[in-house]
Amino acid sequence: MNLADVTREIKRADLLQMYYYLRLTRAIEDRVTALYRQGRIVGGCYTSHGMEAISVGYASALERDDVIAPFHRDMGVFLIRGFTPGEILAQYLGKRTGPTKGKDGNVHMGDLKRGVIGFVSHLADNLPVAAGVALAFKIRGESRVAIAGTGDGGTSRGDFHEAMNFAAVRKLPVVFFCNNNQYAYSTPQRLQMAIHDVVDRAKAYGMPGEIVDGNDVAAVYLAARCAIARARAGEGPTFLEFKTMRMHGHSEHDPAKYVPAELLEEWKKKDPILKAEQLLTQLGYGDEASFHEAGERAKKEIEAGLEFAEQSPLPEGREVLEGVFADKADSY
Amino acid sequence: MTTETMQRQQEVTYLEAISQALDEEMTRDERVFLMGEDIGTYGGAFRITEGFLQKYGEWRILDTPLAESGFVGAAIGAAMMGLRPVVEMQFADFISCAFDQITEVAAKNHYRWGAAVPMVIRAPFGGGIHGGPFHSECPEGWFFHSPGLKLVAPSTPYDAKGLLKAAIRDPNPVIYFEHKFLYRRIKAVLPQEDYIVPIGKAEVKRTGTDLSVITYGAMVHLALEAAQQLAKEGIEVEVVDLRTLIPLDIDTIYASVRKTSKAIMLHEDNKTGGIGAEIAARLAEDCFDCLDGPIIRIAPPDTPVPFSTPLEEFFLPKTSEIVSAAKKLVAY
Repeated sequence: MNLADVTREIKRADLLQMYYYLRLTRAIEDRVTALYRQGRIVGGCYTSHGMEAISVGYASALERDDVIAPFHRDMGVFLIRGFTPGEILAQYLGKRTGPTKGKDGNVHMGDLKRGVIGFVSHLADNLPVAAGVALAFKIRGESRVAIAGTGDGGTSRGDFHEAMNFAAVRKLPVVFFCNNNQYAYSTPQRLQMAIHDVVDRAKAYGMPGEIVDGNDVAAVYLAARCAIARARAGEGPTFLEFKTMRMHGHSEHDPAKYVPAELLEEWKKKDPILKAEQLLTQLGYGDEASFHEAGERAKKEIEAGLEFAEQSPLPEGREVLEGVFADKADSY
Repeated sequence: MTTETMQRQQEVTYLEAISQALDEEMTRDERVFLMGEDIGTYGGAFRITEGFLQKYGEWRILDTPLAESGFVGAAIGAAMMGLRPVVEMQFADFISCAFDQITEVAAKNHYRWGAAVPMVIRAPFGGGIHGGPFHSECPEGWFFHSPGLKLVAPSTPYDAKGLLKAAIRDPNPVIYFEHKFLYRRIKAVLPQEDYIVPIGKAEVKRTGTDLSVITYGAMVHLALEAAQQLAKEGIEVEVVDLRTLIPLDIDTIYASVRKTSKAIMLHEDNKTGGIGAEIAARLAEDCFDCLDGPIIRIAPPDTPVPFSTPLEEFFLPKTSEIVSAAKKLVAY
């Protein structure tokens, strides 16, 4: 990223806030990983370790009433949208005070009031849904935008293609992205697709596409902001391919021995928090002391959240019968 | 007779009743919009939406790409934002393309994170039209087993109009199974004023004392035909039209069987694992004391719907089958 561009295009306060969210996202997911290793979190544990710049970058570029349909490596989205660390950890611990009251686990949370669509495990299912959210905006004449993404693996599914196509045909105000972290569980990109850059698919559906350094929060933010502006101006969808690397296994139980060690070494040097600190230092926006302070602040927030979560009650067995049907449907 | 009276007494086909319901709901509620293949310019494969594009415009009557999963997903997104999409499957058989979005996203959304999905999917089902395996299917069994969906299947023009209105006004995802064989074959005079048929209420279409035939869709008419024949021999059949498959009106079913003590399940869906099997199990469990004979199921064999006329005739239930089963049961 060109320093002059960054200074001109991104407000100091906004960049510092993004940095803090990088630290907070890393901190909460590290905490979750630790709890999982201790056996205090059951089920699956998927993190966005090393990929935090993507969710933090694009979520920071949205307006409050824009809507996000995240996938499972988008933890920054929840924090930026106001899901407290307490709620998030309660969710992981299966407590009644989490956003799903124990009905679902880990990142499978959402809230229409906070503009986040609940993720389903079937990857790319969120993309047609986001196109539909954008369709509602267009039908109602609202200048709001939807954004949704998936991983390199998710782009192999039919729903990815059907969503991209439909959004382009109808020029819907939606931004699609691919978090290309090079592995879908154990499947490397070369076994997932015959192309090298997922962005090639954008042209196939009739929309502009861009490759972005997924580990540079400023680059992610600027690319997202541009795509979002296009959508808001009625110019239709854009596709962003965020290039990054999955630094942990598919989930925390996966040692990921199939990933070459050299690849991980190479990408460790490009850690998004490291890169953000380098940028902030170069700009004179921060130093070791302020980075450390931010880390401490994040840690405190997470610990307070954990305390809330641990003290929260589990749901009672009978609650399994509640909520199958809705009594009403509000407008958002 | 005045022109007004004549118009009021004008009979309306099952198909026209569906069209009227859509038209009236779209006029009444600006949130309602339609999506499907060929529904706009062409007016729908069965002409149900003829003239709608001119009346409501291209952003309320959307001609979609050939991508059921994509546009059902989009309908889910739009519904979550507060619109009321009514999606048309050109034939119910194509609903399998959207199976994932329906069962994993739409059905589970409210349960998991409190997000209502007020979407209707219209599915023209049933055979007897030489449609073969992919244009004659009765797929309700697949969705009967998906908690979070409501399923309805009207058998008359009155019920067709009232149930569709109820479905559109319901805050939950509803699959509306309209029987294509009935489209132009049955007519009725409908009320001029707005009315709904509540979801979750079966209706006794013919009272009787000797046995209960529990059925839905086009088979209701077969049951009534059989009942007429049996009446000549002094056997009075009670015909219970389910109208709603989920939530099942188990009270009306039980009341009928408690009265007659004998029950026949009749449906056009394949026998094994069809809805008749579920109702039979419940009757055996909860009404065992009142049963004076085995619970009979009349349904097609476990094969896809065949094309050639002699094959399809063999496949579909026949009036003669119902008559002979009823006589045997009454003599038990």
